[in-house]
Amino acid sequence: MIAPTIRSGERLVGDNLQRYTIAVLSHLALVAAWHFFIVLGKVPTFVMPSPYATLHALLVPNYRWIENISVTAIEIFGGYFLAIVVGIGIALLFSWFRVLEMTMMPLLVTLNMIPKVALGPLIIVWFSYGIGPNVAMAFAICFFPIVLTTARGLREVEPDLLDLVRTLKGSRWQIFTKIQLPGALPYIFSGMKVAAILAVAGAIVGEFLGSDRGLGYLMLQVQVTLDTAAMFMAVILITLLGMILYGFVLALERLLVVRDARI
Amino acid sequence: MSEPFIHLSGVRKIYRTRGVEMLAVSEATFDVGAGELVSLVGPSGCGKTTLLKILAGLHSHDAGTVRIGTRDQPFDPARDIGMVFQQPLLLKWRKVLDNVLLPAEILGLPLAASRERARDLLRLVGLQGSEEKFPYELSGGMQQRASIARALVHDPKLILMDEPFGALDALTREKMNLELLRIWQKAKKTILFVTHGITEAVFLGTRVIVLTAGPARMADNFRVDIPHPRTLDVKTQEKFGEYTRRIYHLLGME
Ligand SMILES: Nc1ncnc2c1ncn2[C@@H]1O[C@H](COP(=O)(O)OP(=O)(O)OP(=O)(O)O)[C@@H](O)[C@H]1O
Ligand SMILES: [Mg+2]
Repeated sequence: MIAPTIRSGERLVGDNLQRYTIAVLSHLALVAAWHFFIVLGKVPTFVMPSPYATLHALLVPNYRWIENISVTAIEIFGGYFLAIVVGIGIALLFSWFRVLEMTMMPLLVTLNMIPKVALGPLIIVWFSYGIGPNVAMAFAICFFPIVLTTARGLREVEPDLLDLVRTLKGSRWQIFTKIQLPGALPYIFSGMKVAAILAVAGAIVGEFLGSDRGLGYLMLQVQVTLDTAAMFMAVILITLLGMILYGFVLALERLLVVRDARI
Repeated sequence: MSEPFIHLSGVRKIYRTRGVEMLAVSEATFDVGAGELVSLVGPSGCGKTTLLKILAGLHSHDAGTVRIGTRDQPFDPARDIGMVFQQPLLLKWRKVLDNVLLPAEILGLPLAASRERARDLLRLVGLQGSEEKFPYELSGGMQQRASIARALVHDPKLILMDEPFGALDALTREKMNLELLRIWQKAKKTILFVTHGITEAVFLGTRVIVLTAGPARMADNFRVDIPHPRTLDVKTQEKFGEYTRRIYHLLGME
């Protein structure tokens, strides 16, 4: 029994290593393809920059990369964090007070149908320019999926399991902490993963609509001068921010949710 | 029989949903002695689960009396019921040992002692070595064993089992039948075992109670006069055939 287990364990490690190597190689291949496309196709830089030109854009001090990255990161992470706290909080209230869910959920569904982007001009009127409104935009766009999945997860409790706790005269709090909440965790994470992607989009849209800082704002600035290299760099950095957020959520999920329960 | 551990008399249950009345249990009258393993058998919808839930205190009944416990063996409804369902219903995020501990945690029993007891019980149900595994690492039969250990961890006097082996394959099911008999004799519990397996009911039960549907009613209640410990051989005995035929007859399935 023991020998085959170890062997399959080794294979698993090998498989992972192989997978990561392949992933890295395919990314490098994309960069290489990009490079040769520009060089061999003699594509002018203002249409599409080479990887080298893109990297070179980082050296322009005027673009204040560090500051712009920080601003966008604060908007994304701030809006996202707020959405998690408020979203999970509201879903918990819904599960504790059925009347609240019955009255508020349909309202939330309707509100969610509003294209959040359309609220941009209003948000600017209310909060003016700056980080605040963009945090609000990221929040607005990723808050609802978290409420929805969390509420669903809290509702999905095996009735027989409830009976089991009830025969032991378990309290509502015990049901909540021992069964409901841990059972809802996989659902919460599935909402958080969707929301992570939306939060990035929300922050950038906010910056497009009205802002004086951030990577989205920078893209609009360099658009005028046709500095596509800087635009490319900005997109890459935004993507990286999204990947960091997503990776963090994924790591947290691995830590907290048993493999079999992940959805 | 001396004073019975469970005494039911004329128990009736009516479900009312949207103005429609549904007679789920009627005329349920039977006694169960302490330490008996009683099979409740009957077709789908005849009220077996309903009866168990009444005994578990999860449902009220509309008529009749239900009394559990004796003077020597008082019954505490919060501590003296262990439940096993058709699905193991283990918590996916807990290791097997922690799953078994759930009732002890809810009752606030001393944890160190309960942990020891849980380990002993896992050994009793044949799951030694699986304490630190997650449910998904166990087969269906092993998961059901764990749920039996969970039903025993707070040392309840009464175990209610609702088709516990209904989701298992035939071979595992026979094995679990033997296991259950062994566990029952070791743990010395009163067990009410719901099934729609007629041979299973006779093989396990010291007594068999037959329920019929449409209208729901109790049709029979007889002792199975086959001594324990039983082995699979008893199924070939003439007496065994008579008992199963008796049930088939009552259920109109000859
Ligand atoms: N909560 C409920 N509300 C209304 N009717 C119910 C409820 N629970 C059960 N019933 C009805 O009562 C009858 C008995 O149900 P019960 O679940 O006790 O049957 P059962 O013998 O356990 O059946 P099965 O073998 O299929 O599990 C059925 O007709 C069922 O439809
Ligand atoms: Mg049933």
